[in-house]
Amino acid sequence: MQEYQPVSYQRWSPYSMNGGTILAIAGEDFSVVASDTRLSESYQIFTRDLPKTYQLSDKIVLASCGFHGDVLKVTSAVKERMKMYEYEHHRKMSCEAVAQYMSTMLYYRRFFPYYAYNIIAGLDKEGKGAVYSFDVVGSYERETFRAGGTAASMLQPLLDNQIGMKNQSNMEEMPLSKEKAISLVQDVFTSAAERDIYTGDGLKISIISAAGTEVKDIPLRRD
Amino acid sequence: LRLGHVRKILQITPPFCEAADSTVKFERVAGGTAMAGCAITELPPEGFSFELCKRNEALRKKGLNFPSAVKTGTTIAGIVFKDGILLGADTRATAGPIVADKNCAKIHYMAPNIYCCGAGTAADTEFTTLIISSRLELHRLTTGRKSRVATACRMLKQYLYRYEGHIGAYLVLGGVDVTGPHLYTVHAHGSTDKLPYVAMGSGSLAAMATFEDRFKPNMELAEAKQLVRDAIAAGIFNDLGSGSNIDLCVITADKTDYVRPYDEANIKGQRSGDYGYKRGTTAVLTTDVRRFEVASETTVASQASQESMET
Repeated sequence: MQEYQPVSYQRWSPYSMNGGTILAIAGEDFSVVASDTRLSESYQIFTRDLPKTYQLSDKIVLASCGFHGDVLKVTSAVKERMKMYEYEHHRKMSCEAVAQYMSTMLYYRRFFPYYAYNIIAGLDKEGKGAVYSFDVVGSYERETFRAGGTAASMLQPLLDNQIGMKNQSNMEEMPLSKEKAISLVQDVFTSAAERDIYTGDGLKISIISAAGTEVKDIPLRRD
Repeated sequence: LRLGHVRKILQITPPFCEAADSTVKFERVAGGTAMAGCAITELPPEGFSFELCKRNEALRKKGLNFPSAVKTGTTIAGIVFKDGILLGADTRATAGPIVADKNCAKIHYMAPNIYCCGAGTAADTEFTTLIISSRLELHRLTTGRKSRVATACRMLKQYLYRYEGHIGAYLVLGGVDVTGPHLYTVHAHGSTDKLPYVAMGSGSLAAMATFEDRFKPNMELAEAKQLVRDAIAAGIFNDLGSGSNIDLCVITADKTDYVRPYDEANIKGQRSGDYGYKRGTTAVLTTDVRRFEVASETTVASQASQESMET
């Protein structure tokens, strides 16, 4: 009887998976962006209190998860560039411009990507809620809602149903109120924490509106 | 299939059953047919079948994605205390990064005085303990004595060694027999250890750290329960492969207490929104109604068939 051992090589990988889930929803005149606060690797928890949302300016928030080393680099690189823009143009960088820059920056690393799944949330030039989602190499699109991270495949279909009104033939598409958006975000993260081992510990929600950014912290399952 | 109107019992005689017995009448039910005949099937050969290994390997080379077995990614632990054995386990079963079962039972019955916690591949722990539990019962009937923990341990290690570690069962076996309380760990390759306190599974490091800190020989029941509860809790909160509740099993010389759950350490979060759907939410694309012709036959009992049978 021949040996059935498949041939495999041990290889050092420059990446590692640090888990976490992120979510952003764009409303009529507000944006909501949320992330869980658990940092983990394989079966270990590194910390229970590391939110994955980063304030880029008072009305733009970046949510980023994946490999934490690359997340740190991406967020600091974007913040640096925004500062330089402000010094050069004497005004703050708009949400649309930040998204465009992010895409370019990610594509520069096309052949050794930043392993980070990014979602930018803010207000567009007209004051309406804006959400831009990216893949690892910079393909991006403006959307109404997007989930990213380890539990994304659990959250996205529910949002498609509840916000996008998909697969519901008798419902009218109603404008989403801020309270409904926040309660939906809490509920989907509670459910994700039940079934995804990398999601849990805490939930941080940032609500962006014309008045600025408001923050809410909610505990999640810690097991 | 409804057999409520059958007047005669279909006699099954080996090796054949008579098909379509003429004295038996059935009432036809709409859409159903009368069952006719049966056949004795051959029993499959005993033991694990390695026949498919070559095929699986060929498929793997072609790049087929195999479904991953549900692993329990567990915290299980056991200690010997003053009056006997205390076993503890968490209740989460994972399939990769997803929680497959939020409340599965990992403490398995082996004998009235012996229980076994299982970590590793869920199906393997389940079936291994079932098989050895059956063999222990037969052994009890043969010998006329209560089972001993050493017997269970021997049976498990000899079974697992035969399969060279392919059966991924990592067990904590504990019980109280006529010779006293005994606690063992059994690994998938067939090695065993006999110890006063043990932990297995992905959360074993967290549990063992708790034991190394606070274990003392001959503890009282209350203190022992708290220690095992805390050891499993350490696994639940610090290991991502373990979670949900804590189950406990207390085995003493006179009785066994299987407490499930002992501690509901994690309660499901409350949802604030209502996600019910009104009638008519799912679109109906086409409707097709078909009517069936129902033919019915009624059998009237005659006086003769009321007589008792005579051999």
